[in-house]
Amino acid sequence: MSTTTERSTGEYLNMPVEISELDAENRAFFEYCSRGELRLQQCESCKLKRYGPTTACPFCAQAESQWVPVEGRGTLYSYGEVHHAIQPAFRAHAPYLLLLVELDEQRNVPQEFDGLRLSGNLVDAGGELASPELVRQVGIGTRLKVVFKQIGANIALPQWTIDTEAQQPETPWRYPIE
Amino acid sequence: MNNDTDATTSRHLRSKYAIVGVGETGYTRGNDCTTRALGTRAVRAAIEDAGLTSADVDGMLSYSYNDSTFSTTIAGDLGVRLNFYMDVYGGGSSIEALIGIAMGVIEAGMCKTVAIYRAMNGFSSVRIGGTGGRGAVAPLSGDGLFTRGIGLMSAGQMFSQSFMRHMYDYGTTPEQVAHVKVIHSEHASNNPKAYYKKRVSVDDVLSSRMIVKPLHLLDCCVETDNGTAIIVTSMDRAKDCRHTPAKILSVVGRCSKPRADNHYQSGPISTVAGVYGKEILWPNAGVGPSDIDITGSYDAFTFTTMLQLEDYGFCKKGEGGDYVSSGITRLGGQRPNNTSGGHLCEGYTHGVNMVIENVRQLRHDVDDSCPLNDQGVRQHTYDYSESGCRQVRDCELSANLGWANPGTGSAMVMARGA
Repeated sequence: MSTTTERSTGEYLNMPVEISELDAENRAFFEYCSRGELRLQQCESCKLKRYGPTTACPFCAQAESQWVPVEGRGTLYSYGEVHHAIQPAFRAHAPYLLLLVELDEQRNVPQEFDGLRLSGNLVDAGGELASPELVRQVGIGTRLKVVFKQIGANIALPQWTIDTEAQQPETPWRYPIE
Repeated sequence: MNNDTDATTSRHLRSKYAIVGVGETGYTRGNDCTTRALGTRAVRAAIEDAGLTSADVDGMLSYSYNDSTFSTTIAGDLGVRLNFYMDVYGGGSSIEALIGIAMGVIEAGMCKTVAIYRAMNGFSSVRIGGTGGRGAVAPLSGDGLFTRGIGLMSAGQMFSQSFMRHMYDYGTTPEQVAHVKVIHSEHASNNPKAYYKKRVSVDDVLSSRMIVKPLHLLDCCVETDNGTAIIVTSMDRAKDCRHTPAKILSVVGRCSKPRADNHYQSGPISTVAGVYGKEILWPNAGVGPSDIDITGSYDAFTFTTMLQLEDYGFCKKGEGGDYVSSGITRLGGQRPNNTSGGHLCEGYTHGVNMVIENVRQLRHDVDDSCPLNDQGVRQHTYDYSESGCRQVRDCELSANLGWANPGTGSAMVMARGA
């Protein structure tokens, strides 16, 4: 992790990206991603990991934390499928998926039904937003793995692709009307 | 059961405050006037409805997404001298919370009578659905990468995962949920003010274009331009007002699930904030869901109505789909919901019109098309067929369930005053 205190800049789908020099937590998260590492903050006190980046622990309010690596594999917990894109940048990519991916780490911790649920889009192996054909293959239960889409010198976006090495459910649950 | 929702509210405030006036402009798309004009007209109408004058009002509250006009301007335009005012940032679920704040500031002796308004050009200016707004093209910040960076921006997009997971967890079907729109459209057909008065079918909802699964176009509310206002005062002062007061039995304000900022990390995500809110709402009101005659469950989307009715205890968890498709929520049913047509059909106000409607229901005087007698009093027919009556017979108790997002909501129980 660099100790630079400059802002991080980039561009994604023709949208300018600027992470403020004041925003240390987000700069760190996305800089680890730019090195191909998915890291989450782990509280020094209660040892629970959390998402997304925060200044204190949501479980015990302790300020000190360490950025620890997680494997970047999980199961689709829920999703939305956008057909009417609002942002100009996404119009050419509809339908696209809004994923909520539950990591294998820290499931049902600290309480039942809690989890590390990361947001992202379905992308292909190269990090590009998925085709309509790929979108139709994914539902609740699909096993996914993280892919990093580089969008600046120190910024990559963590996205999700179908985990071809994992055992997949026979039919992942999808909204009943295609 | 949640043991961490003991709000230790002073129950002596139960029935001590009331809504005595309601006011609204038309619900339109395009109206050629400012939010200043909308707010002024709505507050003026509410003061008039209460049988008060500007001199009787000395408190003002409003909420907005930086898309409106502040209290000082509206009060100034109406000649109201303020002993208290505040303008807060917020949308859905603000109104019930602000009613609680109004009770609190009156109780604290800061003022005597409070006007609360929401004035928005929700179609002509800032569209909450986000279509084409300035926000859609601004640079992405660190936090923005988690939302706009992945095309997650509008309310429908942000809530879609909760809605979808409810279908997965409980087998809720698109047809069941579509009934919310169908029933609210029936109610709107009996509301001359409603923007959409046409009755629609389940097929109409399911064949409308997909916005973000599981939401079709007709699962989403109608963005409109409107000003809406209510007047809160003590029951002592309410006795001198024009109409039967709507007594406030209890209020829940912006009650949240753990991690209000990122609630998808905790709990079943198909459970919404009402699961905490109900532990405050019912004990403080001294009544329960089965006592309630009408509900106003916020319908930003068809799903939001269903999820809240379920988590506030009007049916068992997971049976919301059955509840909203059973006919219970229809005029003539056991417990009608959003009898004005709500946000899906009447107009989008961030919650105020659902409170206004319930106040009028409790007065036994909703503004439908029923004939007036010689004294100008409406003679309700209780015939709920198209273009007919929408007054609920013997309406004594109402519940409003306000929605901000799956993680945050507000609520209020009102009773017909003596």
